[in-house]
Amino acid sequence: MQDQALIKVEKLHKIYQLGKTQVHALRGIDFEIQPKEYVAIMGPSGSGKSTLMNIIGCLDVPTTGKYYLNGKDVSQLSEDELAQIRNQNIGFVFQTFNLLPRASALHNVELPLIYNGTPSRERRERARIALEKVGLGDRIHHKPNELSGGQRQRVAIARALVNNPNIILADEPTGNLDTVTGEEIMQIFDELNRQGNTIILVTHEFFIAQHAHRIIYLRDGKIEKDEIVQKETEEV
Amino acid sequence: MFFWTQLSEYMRFALEALSANKVRTFLTTLGILIGVTAIIVIFTAIQSINAYVEEEFSGFGSTTLYLSKFPWVITENYWELRNRPEVTLKEYKLIKDRVTSADWISPQLEAMRVVKYKNKSLEGVYVVGCNEQYPFTNNAIVEFGRFFTEMEVHRARPVCVIGQKVQKELFGKEDPLGKRIKINGLPYRVIGILEEKGDFFGFNLDNQVLVPYTAFRGAGFKNRGITIAFRAKDASKIEELEAEIRGEMRRIRKLPPAAPDNFAINQQTMLTDFYKQITGTSYLVVFIIAAISLVVGGIGIMNIMLVSVTERTREIGIRKAVGATRRQIMLHFLAESVTISSLGGIIGIILGVIIASSLLQVIKLDTSVSIFTILVGYGFSTFVGVISGMYPAYKAARLNTIDALRYE
Ligand SMILES: Nc1ncnc2c1ncn2[C@@H]1O[C@H](COP(=O)(O)OP(=O)(O)OP(=O)(O)O)[C@@H](O)[C@H]1O
Ligand SMILES: [Mg+2]
Repeated sequence: MQDQALIKVEKLHKIYQLGKTQVHALRGIDFEIQPKEYVAIMGPSGSGKSTLMNIIGCLDVPTTGKYYLNGKDVSQLSEDELAQIRNQNIGFVFQTFNLLPRASALHNVELPLIYNGTPSRERRERARIALEKVGLGDRIHHKPNELSGGQRQRVAIARALVNNPNIILADEPTGNLDTVTGEEIMQIFDELNRQGNTIILVTHEFFIAQHAHRIIYLRDGKIEKDEIVQKETEEV
Repeated sequence: MFFWTQLSEYMRFALEALSANKVRTFLTTLGILIGVTAIIVIFTAIQSINAYVEEEFSGFGSTTLYLSKFPWVITENYWELRNRPEVTLKEYKLIKDRVTSADWISPQLEAMRVVKYKNKSLEGVYVVGCNEQYPFTNNAIVEFGRFFTEMEVHRARPVCVIGQKVQKELFGKEDPLGKRIKINGLPYRVIGILEEKGDFFGFNLDNQVLVPYTAFRGAGFKNRGITIAFRAKDASKIEELEAEIRGEMRRIRKLPPAAPDNFAINQQTMLTDFYKQITGTSYLVVFIIAAISLVVGGIGIMNIMLVSVTERTREIGIRKAVGATRRQIMLHFLAESVTISSLGGIIGIILGVIIASSLLQVIKLDTSVSIFTILVGYGFSTFVGVISGMYPAYKAARLNTIDALRYE
């Protein structure tokens, strides 16, 4: 099992049924992503980026096609098996943060640990460490509405990290942030990737995508282009 | 499997919703609240009346069997029973030497008579003709003086033992012992006063006079109906005693094997059993009230829970996205509905206990609300919570993660 791809998708199709009409959101996607890669997905609105991310993140299942995660076919798993994979293997960061509004930053970050039965003392400790990692060690008792957009997204990233997942997925993580804050968030992703995390992110902004090492371009549910980012000052 | 480490999260989830909508929560609990209050009050009422009745009946010797013409509780055709022969003194004299498992036997000739002392007179006094063993068969205790002896019975001495009401009404502060009273005109000497017995369903047990049956006026009438009381010391012998009485009585009356008994053997438990049958009906009433409030309260909770599921759709999406399974989502909402309903249950219990206790004070019964009743009330409310939360919880668990996350 050498050089096994972390993610491998084959002939992925996703068809949404909207009443009588069908929306063919993905029309045959094939690619592999290796561990520790840093991938950006770009493409025009409606090209199927979110649909693809949701499938990779096990939030949704493809209509047809195969998805292997760590060599395991997850396209046919039951809902609860998918829930377990989301909990253990995947950290998802959303454009709209998706934090529980009434819960503190700490509690939001604890959430994935709650559902896998981590004892409360340990989960509080791990959540606190994750928040420190994203630079929010002094805000752990704040509620989302007491935090700025960038800070909220940091909480969301901490939540994605807390269970040490194989992959961190981010669907337009800077979409709701100003350029400066967005850049700060990207620094965190860069650092996570340096520490060995696999990162896949969706973005509309070319300069955001430049943080990644590889960019996959989607158009009309198909891969248009899949290229390595050439960087002038790439350190090894 | 991780239930305990997650319990606090379930509770937190529930309380968050409830405290965010306090008025709504309170209104939702009303159905359960009223139901539980009703259960507590009615349950307590029934239990108290039961306890009261048990106590009343305990005046009868529990190991005493009463042989008479009619059963105490009539379930057969009354007209057929009426045609039975009376139990007579003659039969008493025959049976008393044959029944061996009874430790005490006494006949009871009963009548309502006018009792006079000097110029005072008391009507409707319950006069019983019996023998010297009556204190044992009927738990009658002499407080002052003495009971009549076997010899006095044998000799038909005109002596009597009076109840406390008779003493108070006729003698007042005067000492009755040795005095002569007249029962239907015949003189009897008072030799004893019974201990106070109190009421039995409004019937004053102290308004009585006991005389030797041989001296009982009218004892001579051959066909006069009497009751014979048999008492076995040992409660375990009661069945043997009953079988013996039945056997001897049938022999005395020469009943062929196929013929039914034409007499009745009564026991205190017959009355309590009969009474329990009646209260069984009142338990049914409680059950119906419980069922109605189950439906009403349950529907209310289910409604609010469906609203809650809709309101928290996005939250469900978030929780599922980070790995909550269907079962875990269900438990969140079940915790919420159970919390609502047990809140109603607890308030209902408090209210019920207050109402029931003050009611018991008003009717002067020194019983209290039992733990059992409280547990029933609480268990009932929890049950409603689980049942009515089931469908909304199931609905929440079934939500599609992506759709839930997108929900505005
Ligand atoms: N739940 C859904 N039901 C029906 N159609 C959907 C659903 N989700 C997405 N689609 C359709 O699938 C196509 C791809 O949508 P998707 O959200 O993947 O695009 P996207 O690339 O993420 O776009 P954007 O950049 O605007 O976020 C679109 O045409 C969209 O209308
Ligand atoms: Mg999108």
